[in-house]
Amino acid sequence: MMILQSFKMAWKGISGSKIRSFLTMLGIIIGVSSVIALVSVGKGTTSQITSQLEGLGTDLLTVSIMGRGNTTYLTYDEAEALTDLDGVKSVSPVISGSMTAKYGTENTDVSVEGITPAYEDIQDFHVQSGRYILDIDNGYRMKVALIGTETASDLFGTDDPLGQTILLNGSPFKVVGLLESKGTSLTSSNNDKILIPIKTAERVMQSKGVRSMTIQTESPDQVASVKSLIEATLDKKFENADNSYTVFNSQDALDTLNSTTQTLSIALGGIAGISLFVGGIGIMNIMLVSVSERTREIGIRKAIGAKKRNILLQFMIESTLLSGMGGLIGVAIGYGASALVGHYTSMDTSVSLNIVLISFGFSLFIGVVFGVIPANKAAKLRPIYALRTD
Amino acid sequence: MNQTSAQNKDHPLIEVIGLGHGYVMADQTMTVLDDINFRIDYGEFVAIIGPSGSGKSTLMNMLGCLDIANEGTYLLDGQDVKKLSDNKLAKIRNEKIGFIFQQFNLLTKLSAVENVELPLIYRGMSHRERRKNAEESLAKVGLQERMHHRPSELSGGQQQRVAIARAIAGNPPVLLADEPTGALDSKTGVEVMNKMKELNEQGHTIILITHDLSIAEQAKRVIRIQDGKIVEDRGNPA
Ligand SMILES: Nc1ncnc2c1ncn2[C@@H]1O[C@H](COP(=O)(O)OP(=O)(O)OP(=O)(O)O)[C@@H](O)[C@H]1O
Ligand SMILES: [Mg+2]
Repeated sequence: MMILQSFKMAWKGISGSKIRSFLTMLGIIIGVSSVIALVSVGKGTTSQITSQLEGLGTDLLTVSIMGRGNTTYLTYDEAEALTDLDGVKSVSPVISGSMTAKYGTENTDVSVEGITPAYEDIQDFHVQSGRYILDIDNGYRMKVALIGTETASDLFGTDDPLGQTILLNGSPFKVVGLLESKGTSLTSSNNDKILIPIKTAERVMQSKGVRSMTIQTESPDQVASVKSLIEATLDKKFENADNSYTVFNSQDALDTLNSTTQTLSIALGGIAGISLFVGGIGIMNIMLVSVSERTREIGIRKAIGAKKRNILLQFMIESTLLSGMGGLIGVAIGYGASALVGHYTSMDTSVSLNIVLISFGFSLFIGVVFGVIPANKAAKLRPIYALRTD
Repeated sequence: MNQTSAQNKDHPLIEVIGLGHGYVMADQTMTVLDDINFRIDYGEFVAIIGPSGSGKSTLMNMLGCLDIANEGTYLLDGQDVKKLSDNKLAKIRNEKIGFIFQQFNLLTKLSAVENVELPLIYRGMSHRERRKNAEESLAKVGLQERMHHRPSELSGGQQQRVAIARAIAGNPPVLLADEPTGALDSKTGVEVMNKMKELNEQGHTIILITHDLSIAEQAKRVIRIQDGKIVEDRGNPA
């Protein structure tokens, strides 16, 4: 009953000077809205990266060989031998390079990868028509090629590329498969690729051995053990030389990303905390001014029977209402800002209810904490003193 | 709406025994009230008169429980106010005393009726009962038509009548008026005084502070103070 009355009185106090109340709330508004907007944009960014990383497969290890001295690669057989390691399901060595593809009068630059049949499952990259690269293609160094959708339309337009012969850096290759259309990955675009047998690639690219491969483990939880087995093998091969190879796993990247995000969130929280704190000081400042301005009002209220706690409650509620309203406006602006960013960029921003609750709760808390001193000052005023002041 | 009548009480409404008060200023104590003694009964209309600086307002602050005297005893309705906590004093001010100030002391952001409701809010009265009481009080001072006006939209006399309505809204036994006509011209002053007399006739005990003899003459009893001492108590029924 008294609480409701105190709310009404506090509301009158706030609505009595709207501009001042708004300016007082501004600190809280800025604090809350920036937390919500920043966190949602941050989340949007990380969830984008996370989904791409997860798309790479958490049971895959990517090995890059830099080598040591003159040994700058693994031989094809050494790479294939990694399949025998415990927990390894398959190994997909890759030689990649860039070549000029020619058909008739059409010319286009393409990225060419020399692969083995294991590539299909590991990369989850299939043909939509024709056939895949087979072991036999590698055995005989066949000049056959799988062609990406974009390259196909560059070279053949709407014609069927299957069975046609294209020139890669001048050598004729027979197109035996048309790859399915696949989006851009983190590392490269897939649709302008040409895939050829790895042994053939060794020849036409004049690149000896394997410098890059993807290894699939039997299950995602074997990634760590397989990784150390591979590292042991490679350490032996390159005699423990530093930086002779890297073994990358998308889970590692996810972990790094998560810890970065966490650090970022803490930093954001800190900044938001500071800005809300400053907003709180603003509220306290204005409330103190308001108490001295309204000394006479307080005196009158006390003379006609307001108790200390009535006055305390009135001013506490006023400061909490200020910060709470500031918080609400901040939440609304934060939602708006994050929706705007989501609308005008490709980022998938989403406001998390947690952040809204936390930042709004914190703004209320600030109002209470910084309202105590002014409200207490008001409650302690002696009525005769307060009545004499104007 | 008669006040509790004096007959069934064994103590006076107000009893002041040896009241003294002083302020310490620049190392020396200045005595403002010195050995004040009087009783005021239910239903009296008392004027306290004296020159400026004689201690009238100080005395009224004591009687209104806004301040506690340094010396002596003040019994309000048989209760020694010196022994009461701040909260109890607030409750007494709310229930037993109605203040009418020279400067009206209305809250400028509230309408007339909201001002009149204020003491009832602190009493914890429900909204409907409060509104009803406040409207009745405003009707008594002839301002029911103006109840939604802010003080700034009312004349001085009207503002003082709102203040009177506020003082009587909670139906307190004592009305304390410190120079209620001080800020008004003589014509509106007369209006306000007539209202006070009317309230006294309805049973309200009124203590009126003034330095204007013609105002004081209208009271049934006049207490004259000078330099903090009572020099005359005329018309004392006791
Ligand atoms: N808080 C205070 N501190 C110091 N002196 C005070 C204080 N309040 C009142 N006085 C002094 O006490 C004396 C009596 O003051 P009071 O206000 O009671 O006079 P008054 O009779 O009401 O005068 P007036 O008719 O002018 O209102 C004055 O001399 C005044 O200066
Ligand atoms: Mg005075």
